[in-house]
Amino acid sequence: MADLTTEFLGIKSPNPFWLASAPPTDKEYNVRRAFEAGWGGVVWKTLGSEGPPVVNVNGPRYGAIWGADRRLLGLNNIELITDRPLQTNLEEITRVKKDYPDRAVIVSIMVPCEEQAWKDILPQVEATGADGIELNFGCPHGMAERGMGSAVGQVPEYIQMVTEWCKKYYSKPVIVKLTPNITDIRHPARAANAGNADAVSLINTINSITSVDLDSMAPEPTIGGKGTHGGYCGPAVKPIALNMVAEISRDAQTRGLPISAIGGVTTWRDAAEFMAMGAGNVQVCTAAMTYGFNVVKEMISGLSNWMDEKGYTSTQDFIGMAVPNVTDWQYLDLNYVTKAKISQDDCIKCGRCFAACEDTSHQAIAMSEDRVFTVKDDECVACNLCVNVCPVENCITMVEVPAGQIDERTGEVVSGDYANWTTHPNNPSATAAE
Amino acid sequence: MATSHQASGIQAARLDAAGIAENFSDLHPAYDAHEAAVAADRCYFCYDAPCMTACPTSIDIPQFIREIQAGHPESAARTILEQNILGGMCARVCPTETLCEEVCVRETAEGKPVEIGRLQRYATDTLMEKGEHPFTRAASTGKKVAVVGAGPAGLAAAHRLAMLGHDVVVYDARSKAGGLNEFGIAAYKSTNDFAAREVDWLLQIGGITMDYGRKLGAELSLDGLTSAYDAVFLSIGLAGVNALRAPGEDKDGVRDAVEFIAELRQAEDLTALPVGRNVVVIGGGMTAVDAAVQSKLLGAENVTIAYRRSREEMGASRFEQDLAASKGVKLMFNVMPKAVLGNGAAAEIELEYTDVTDGKVSGTGETVRLAADQVFKAIGQTLEGQPDALELEGRKIKVSETGRTSMAGVWAGGDCASGGEDLTVTAVAEGRDAAMDIHSSLMG
Repeated sequence: MADLTTEFLGIKSPNPFWLASAPPTDKEYNVRRAFEAGWGGVVWKTLGSEGPPVVNVNGPRYGAIWGADRRLLGLNNIELITDRPLQTNLEEITRVKKDYPDRAVIVSIMVPCEEQAWKDILPQVEATGADGIELNFGCPHGMAERGMGSAVGQVPEYIQMVTEWCKKYYSKPVIVKLTPNITDIRHPARAANAGNADAVSLINTINSITSVDLDSMAPEPTIGGKGTHGGYCGPAVKPIALNMVAEISRDAQTRGLPISAIGGVTTWRDAAEFMAMGAGNVQVCTAAMTYGFNVVKEMISGLSNWMDEKGYTSTQDFIGMAVPNVTDWQYLDLNYVTKAKISQDDCIKCGRCFAACEDTSHQAIAMSEDRVFTVKDDECVACNLCVNVCPVENCITMVEVPAGQIDERTGEVVSGDYANWTTHPNNPSATAAE
Repeated sequence: MATSHQASGIQAARLDAAGIAENFSDLHPAYDAHEAAVAADRCYFCYDAPCMTACPTSIDIPQFIREIQAGHPESAARTILEQNILGGMCARVCPTETLCEEVCVRETAEGKPVEIGRLQRYATDTLMEKGEHPFTRAASTGKKVAVVGAGPAGLAAAHRLAMLGHDVVVYDARSKAGGLNEFGIAAYKSTNDFAAREVDWLLQIGGITMDYGRKLGAELSLDGLTSAYDAVFLSIGLAGVNALRAPGEDKDGVRDAVEFIAELRQAEDLTALPVGRNVVVIGGGMTAVDAAVQSKLLGAENVTIAYRRSREEMGASRFEQDLAASKGVKLMFNVMPKAVLGNGAAAEIELEYTDVTDGKVSGTGETVRLAADQVFKAIGQTLEGQPDALELEGRKIKVSETGRTSMAGVWAGGDCASGGEDLTVTAVAEGRDAAMDIHSSLMG
C-alpha cells in the first residue's frame, strides 16, 4: 500500500481527499463521521459574519440530472452558507481540530467586501486552531446578490484586495476558492496570486437550471411555483474543472501556485487525473452527498493501488506530471496521422459507428450486407467519433500511420517531422519553418 | 383439503387455490416504470437493427425502446401496434429467444439480450390500461370482407381491413374469439384473461362484426362467402390432431394436448381441473411443453416429455426446454411410443428408443416403461375442413407472398396457410399483409 500522506501548504493529511465546503461539513456531527470514515481533511462549510443567521429556503434546495438507473450525474443547489450561529461553528471547529490533530481542518469564510468584516472574523477563526482558511468567492446564488461569493470572484481586483486583507489579519495558509462563472479562469487566479494567496481551489459550482417542470412551467428545483439558478456540481462538471485546473497549472503567471482541485471527483481516478494536472489534493462533495462518507474508502484503495502499480511512493511523485502535455491547439502536431481500426473479433455489429460516421461525420465506415463494418482509410480523418460512440471498449482504436507511409486520404507520405499550425502554409500569419 | 401429488389416477384439486395461483402467475411479470427505464437503457439503438429484421412483423424495435427511454411508452405502443396489432399478446408469447432477442447485439456481446419482449409488454400494457385505441377508421369504402377464423391472423387482417374503411365480418366456429391466443398457449403467458381483453380492445376500431358458432364446411361455405363478400380471408388454423398410431391410444386417459390446454385456458377454477399423477406428453413442440409444464403446475407428481428425436431437433426452444426442466418436467429424447398399457384406463406407457438416420426415425428395439395414468398427444396439428377448391402446398393451403390462394378473391394466412412458422407473430404478419393486398385489390 502506497503512502497517501499528502502535504498541502505545509498542512499534513493522511490522504489527499478532503471534503469540500458544503452541507457535509456544516456541523461537528458530520465532520466527526467523515473523519471516522477516513477523510483526510475537511473544508468547514462557509462561515459568515456575526449577526442574525443566514436564512435558507424551506422548499427544495437541490435539483439533479440522472442516468437511466437514477445514477446521479449532476447536482444543483441553492443552499446558502451556514445558517448556524458563528459562535457555534467556531466552538465545534475548535473541538474537532483538537480531537483530530492529524486531519486537515480548513475554514471557509464569506463576509462582506469590507476590511473591517475580515478583520473581525479572522482572529476568531485563527483561535480555533484550524489549519487554514478558504475564501468563498464562488457561490453563485443568493450571497452573490448581496455582493459576496461569486460577485467578488468575478472581479479580480476584489479578489486581490480581500486576499491581501486575509494575509494581513491571518497567519496561516489562505486558499482562494474560484468561481467558474467567468470567461477566463486565469484572471481570478492571477489576482489571487498577486494578493499572495497560498493556493487556489476550484471550481465552485456552475450557474445552472437543471430542468423545467413542463406541467407547472417552472424551473427545477421549484419553490412555490418559481425557481432560480443554482450551482451545478457532480460528475458532469469534471471536464470543465479539469480544464480550468490545467489553465492555471500552465499559465506563466500562476505556474507553481498550489491548487486544491474540486469538481466531480467521484473515484480515485478522478482524483489522480486532477493531481496529474497539477492539483496538490482534491476536494469532494457530490460523491459524498450521493453515496455517503464511505466513498472515500474506494478513493483510498484505488489511488494507493494505482500508485503501487506505477511505483509511486508519494503523491508528490505524480502531481503535475500531465501539465507539460497540455498545450494550445496551434502547437498540436499536424503531421501526426491516425486512422480508426475496428477489431472484428470485438465488434458486436450494432452499427453505431456507421450511423455516426455516415450521418454526422466523414462517410468513412463501410457496412456490408452481413453487417461487417470497416474503416475506409481514404476517407477517415481520425475524428475519433466512432471510438466514442462504440459501446465496446477498445473495439475501435486509433492507429498511428507511421512516418514514411502514405495517408490514403491525402495521398501524401506521412512526415516524421513535427509541424504545427504556426508554420502551416494555409496560415496567413505563419512564421517561416526554417 | 387438496389431494396430494400421490393420489393415483386423474384427479382434481392436487393443489389448493393458493398453490395454483402461485404456479399460474405471470411467467415474465410486467416491468414497472423504473425497471422499464433501466431495461430500455441497455438498447444500443443499432443501425438497421438486427432485432427488427428478425421480427416477423418488422416492428421498429430501437424506435419503440427509445420512446420508452424518453418516457412516452404510449408512443412506443403505437410504434409496435402499427406493425403488429396483437403486439400485447406477442410480447407475452413470442419465442423472443429465437427471434429478436436471439440476434440482439447484447446477446453477442454479453449473452444477455435487451429484454425486448418485456419492454414491448410494458409499452402495450401502458396504452391498453388507459383503454385507448390509437387508430381510427378511414372513410367507408363500401366494400365487405369476410374473415373466417378469429385467431391472430384473422384478427390482424380484420383490424387492418376495418382501419382501411372496409366492413368486416369475422366468423369463428367457437363461441369466443382469439383462436390459439384464447384456447392454446400456456396460461402463465396470458394471465388475467388477456387474450379476451385484447380482442375487446382491438374491436374498438369499429367496423368489425363478430359472428360465432359458424364453421366453414358446416354453417359456412366458401361459395356462399365469395358471392356475399368482395373478398374472403381464411384463417382457419389447424383443426386436426395427429394420431399416435400405437396400440392403446383409445384407452381412457389418453387425449390430445391441445384439448387439455383449451380446457385449462377456459377453466373457471383450476383446482377443479383434473390431472394425472404420472403424466407423459408425447411430442417436442411448444404444445408439448405447454401441456407438460401446466400438468406439473396443476400438481402432477411425475411429468415426462417423450420426444422421438434429439434435443437439438426439438421444436420447442432451449428456453422452453429449460423452463420445463425448471418446473420439474423430465425431458426424454430419442424415444417413441410403442403402446399404452392398462386395463381400460392408461396405467403405463411403453417407449422404444430410437435412432435417427438421414432424418428417418427407427426403433432400436430397446424399450422402457413409464407409469402413465395420463398421456397427452402433442405430435402436431393438421389442416382440416379446408375447402376442396383450394390448391394445397404440402399439407397447407397454398398462398402467395401476400396470402393469395389459388382462387381469385380468396386469401389465406396463419397456421392453415403455407409459408412461415406456426407462430402468433407470423400469423399476425400474414393477416396484416393479406389485408393490405386485399385492400389494393379492392381499391385498385
